[in-house]
Amino acid sequence: MDALHAVRARGITKCFGDVVALDQVDLEVTRGHIHGLVGPNGAGKTTLLGLLLGLAVADSGRLEILGTPVERALAGPDGVAGFVDGPGLYPSLTARQNLTALAALRGQDARTAGVDDVLDQVGLTDVADDRARGFSLGMRQRLGLAAVLLVRPRLLVLDEPSNGLDPAGKRHVHGVLTRLAADGTTVVLSSHRMDDLEALCSEVTILATGRVVFSGPLNGLAAVSRELDYRVRTSDPRAARRLAAGTAGIRTVDDPGVRQDAEFLVVRARVPALDELVVKLVRSGIAVRELAPVVSPLEAAFLALTEQRSDGRSVAGERDHAGAPGERPGAATARTGQRDDATARTERQEAGR
Amino acid sequence: MSATLERDGVATAPRVSVPRGYRFELVKLVSQWRIRLLVLACWLAPGLFVAGVSRQSTLPTDTLFGRWMHATAWAGPLVMLGFAGTWALPLLISVVAGDVFASEDRLGTWRHLLVAVRSPGRIFVAKSLACLTVIVLLVAGPAWSSTVGGLLTVGDHPLTGLDGHLLAPGDAARRVLLAWICALAPTLALAAIGLLGSVALGRSPMGLLLPPLFALAMSVAQLLPLPVCVRLALPGYAFTSWNGLFTSPAQLGPLLIGVAVGLVWAVLATVLAYLLFLRRDFTNPAHDGSGRRAVTLGLLPLAGLTALTVAIVAVATPSTGSGIERGKVERSLATAFAHLYRLQTGQLHRPAVTEARLRATASCTKSAGQGAQEGAGNDWRCVVNWHLPGVAVTGTAVYQLDVGSDGRFVADGDGPKEVNGYFLVRTPTGDAPNPLWQFDGNVELLGTTSKG
Repeated sequence: MDALHAVRARGITKCFGDVVALDQVDLEVTRGHIHGLVGPNGAGKTTLLGLLLGLAVADSGRLEILGTPVERALAGPDGVAGFVDGPGLYPSLTARQNLTALAALRGQDARTAGVDDVLDQVGLTDVADDRARGFSLGMRQRLGLAAVLLVRPRLLVLDEPSNGLDPAGKRHVHGVLTRLAADGTTVVLSSHRMDDLEALCSEVTILATGRVVFSGPLNGLAAVSRELDYRVRTSDPRAARRLAAGTAGIRTVDDPGVRQDAEFLVVRARVPALDELVVKLVRSGIAVRELAPVVSPLEAAFLALTEQRSDGRSVAGERDHAGAPGERPGAATARTGQRDDATARTERQEAGR
Repeated sequence: MSATLERDGVATAPRVSVPRGYRFELVKLVSQWRIRLLVLACWLAPGLFVAGVSRQSTLPTDTLFGRWMHATAWAGPLVMLGFAGTWALPLLISVVAGDVFASEDRLGTWRHLLVAVRSPGRIFVAKSLACLTVIVLLVAGPAWSSTVGGLLTVGDHPLTGLDGHLLAPGDAARRVLLAWICALAPTLALAAIGLLGSVALGRSPMGLLLPPLFALAMSVAQLLPLPVCVRLALPGYAFTSWNGLFTSPAQLGPLLIGVAVGLVWAVLATVLAYLLFLRRDFTNPAHDGSGRRAVTLGLLPLAGLTALTVAIVAVATPSTGSGIERGKVERSLATAFAHLYRLQTGQLHRPAVTEARLRATASCTKSAGQGAQEGAGNDWRCVVNWHLPGVAVTGTAVYQLDVGSDGRFVADGDGPKEVNGYFLVRTPTGDAPNPLWQFDGNVELLGTTSKG
């Protein structure tokens, strides 16, 4: 039995007909941590979360959840809860009735199951007796979270839990997840919101086309992030631009995809070169009023590792078009795929170091 | 009862027991406004309908027993049963059984439910039982309500059977109850078809429409001149064959066959739905039902069952034609006439006679004697003869018969006026409806022409 990891997957493959949803996926999730799962649409996140919830079993590979090998669907260990593809709620029931009915399924009444407590935790006490039909997406997400909290999970699996949440709702949900992790619950969540993942997760796994392209602690992504774009607001933008141009490892960016503003300077650099630029600015008497990455390190790594650009065009797609004259686009893509695998392996090894 | 399984010292997630799942499903069903409204309507509307119609001068004479609604409370529930079997029950069933699985697809709650219950098999059983409960509630409503409505407005009086004989109130009540219970068999068959459609077609509206479409097809089939063995092998036949309970002796053969066929369909369709449900891959995002292949897998066994049932009925019963033969029509008409003549004699305060002393006989021709003298049609013409005790003259009355392909007929008196040519008879206490003017009868399709 693995005492360190709540989830341990080796070589997991899952296909739906001809479609390979997961391809030789390895995954380790440390107990008591919040683990983020990111990837483009169709990367296999929901399939992987479904396997963790026991909705299906892998076609091949080995999966251990809470130290128990999972060999049959719906035969996973007790203490695993969560939702994929949105929370399962019944609109004709009130929030409280939804939770009470779920508690009754487990042989508990509303009081012993702590229905009021979980409603309070997710901030839905005021609407507890309203029908779920009238709930916003954010309220539904919070009610879904309340439903899984009834189980008192040891492993919580959530698919896009921040979808539709307003800032207050997000704060509630983040607070709940952080408290759960502090109490020893392992949380695996998927999201397209990189800021959420950065705020919550200590570990992330990036999936692309059914394969893991990165898995490890968030700070390990710095190694694969390489250069990032930073927005710098100073008291003298012209002087700052001159200084940036004269600093090794710094390039100013005039990308139409990045918001241009006279007060801002956008530079592309690694962290050490950026540090040097800040020192130079300060020494020159230029105040640095704001310094922030244009895209977060996680998002940058995500885009780099999944071969996507922030403008939505895929690198693979560009390479398709750049294929040799007379060559089928698919052939160029296949070659690209092979090189991407090698690149991803190198980057993983780099991140692991 | 749920159980937590231990394997190598590690607890696996408990599966939810069927009773808990059943309660969960029932809570979900009953929480829906449309279900609540349907239950309320089923328990109130038929009573109001029967109470209202029974007081009218115009009665629904085109519906079986409709012409007796002013005379006894026990006609109302039978009128409702005839209406329910054709229209109401298929629609009610589609709302409940046709949607019970599809609603989870529509709401996107399958994965949530599976994680909570951890057994597709138990989910299926729980849903089916909850669905069955609501359907039985919906069926019981009209039976109870129309009976109460009739008792309050008309009263507990004898019911005139389909062969004209009078059923004492207690006997009528028992037969009415039995007729509604027998109608549960085709109802369950329709419900199982609804479950199958709901599982196989997912969120497609076709799943919801399947029970009414199927019932419509069955109704249309019953109108066609099908051989008896085919007619009896259709799962909706018990919606018609309960008529046989209201003759003396009761025509139990078609009824029992209809009930058995309905139950076999219910079992097979439910098993098919169960197997399709267990095969469903709930993690496949492209899968919202079992698709065309599953529809084929669901339909083929049912088509096979129909063929098998037709073969069994054809071998087990002597009737392979329409079952409506001249001899049977004549015997049914003469029997009904004799019973109703006694009723008319009572109305007119004449000396009582018995059917045996009347020795009523009928002579019928179809299409003025042209062509085959059998089958459904409104071109049957019959002459009834009877003997009055102590009178040398033989009485004669003419009837036009409209015989349906299910064996039910309406006899329309053509005279003489004093016997059956006018809708009223003058009694010592005033005018009263003439029982011999128009009446319903029933030809037993499985019966033989030989007189017993």
